[in-house]
Amino acid sequence: MTLATEKRTLLTVITESAIEETLLKDLDKLGVHGYTVSDARGRGGRGVRDAMWGEVSNIRLEVICQRDLAEAVLDYIQNHYYDNYAMVAFLQDVEILRAEKF
Amino acid sequence: MIDVVILFFILGLAAGLMRSELRLPAALYETLALVLLLTIGIKGGEGLAKQALAQLLPQLGIVMLLGVAQTLIAYFVLSRVCKLSRADAASTAAHYGSVSVATFAVATSWLVSRNIAFEPQLTIFLTVMEVPAIVVGIVLARGLSTQTDWPALAHESLLGKGVTLLIGGIAVGWAAGPEGLAPIKGLFYDLFKGALALFLLEMGLIVARQAGELRKRGLFIIAFGLLMPLLSAMLGTACGVAMGLSVGGITLLTTLAASASYIAVPATMRLAVPEANPALSLAAVLGVTFPFNILVGIPLYYWLAVKLTGLN
Repeated sequence: MTLATEKRTLLTVITESAIEETLLKDLDKLGVHGYTVSDARGRGGRGVRDAMWGEVSNIRLEVICQRDLAEAVLDYIQNHYYDNYAMVAFLQDVEILRAEKF
Repeated sequence: MIDVVILFFILGLAAGLMRSELRLPAALYETLALVLLLTIGIKGGEGLAKQALAQLLPQLGIVMLLGVAQTLIAYFVLSRVCKLSRADAASTAAHYGSVSVATFAVATSWLVSRNIAFEPQLTIFLTVMEVPAIVVGIVLARGLSTQTDWPALAHESLLGKGVTLLIGGIAVGWAAGPEGLAPIKGLFYDLFKGALALFLLEMGLIVARQAGELRKRGLFIIAFGLLMPLLSAMLGTACGVAMGLSVGGITLLTTLAASASYIAVPATMRLAVPEANPALSLAAVLGVTFPFNILVGIPLYYWLAVKLTGLN
């Protein structure tokens, strides 16, 4: 069986839950209209972030969109957040159905 | 005799230091915080309904100035004596100028179990002392820059969970009065001590996690974390005596002055002064000042209040 899929880019951002609201506002301004946020925990350059309580909890934000928008967002957050916040962000190619949604 | 809720704190601390697998679900911790904040608010509101409010205004002005003064002193010490960067000094100073609800809850429980009365407006003091330090801290870090998004920060600090629940609780308690509150007494009044005990168990676990940061930074954090609350306590006691509060009221105001925020201020500072290192302030506030205040500070502040007022 062959599904009629299309290529899009998945942008994943893992960062501090402290900046969830500001980050989502920025995304909205950049033209992102859909996203998924989930709670996350892990360990990295800024120590163990295990969500024991609010100040050390992380979120994982996922956006599926066109490549150029994903790159624009990645560029923006790199300039605005990388220096001062625990943040990892990356792009992946994904195949989707319902191309008009993304 | 040591208060039973403190034993729960020590249990959490010991379990954390021994790397026990014990951890409370995050949702439970949030729920307990909600119950504690509402209860403190409701109790304060109920008391306030019985007295004239006009005399309160000058007192509120005094405690807000107290918060501002503490922040400025802490900033001066941290930047000049400890040689911290401007951002770190300002952010940490804001923590110390603000207040800790958990410390306040332990102090009220300590007073209530000894049948020592205190004025209901202390709950309002708790609420208004949260915010001035945040504003002063941001101005110290940034100057009066137009880049700071003040509306967003005002929203964050004035409508954060803590202030909303405290003011909401005060309003509910004030409007409902003792009779209206009777049906919910079971949850908010009778269970208060149990909720506080569980909350402190979790606080013990959180405090134990600061051990690594303390080992790394060492003496200056410990010294500042112990000396700053003592200095603030003296200012708080002086204000309490000047306002003519009761011994219990002076003890609570002193505890408020000596306490340092670890919920509202870190969250706001993370947004407003992102280059400040949050691990540094939290190690001092949680690793040193919070345990010092609930283990040693509160009885000490009471003793001080008794000595200064000459009453018992």
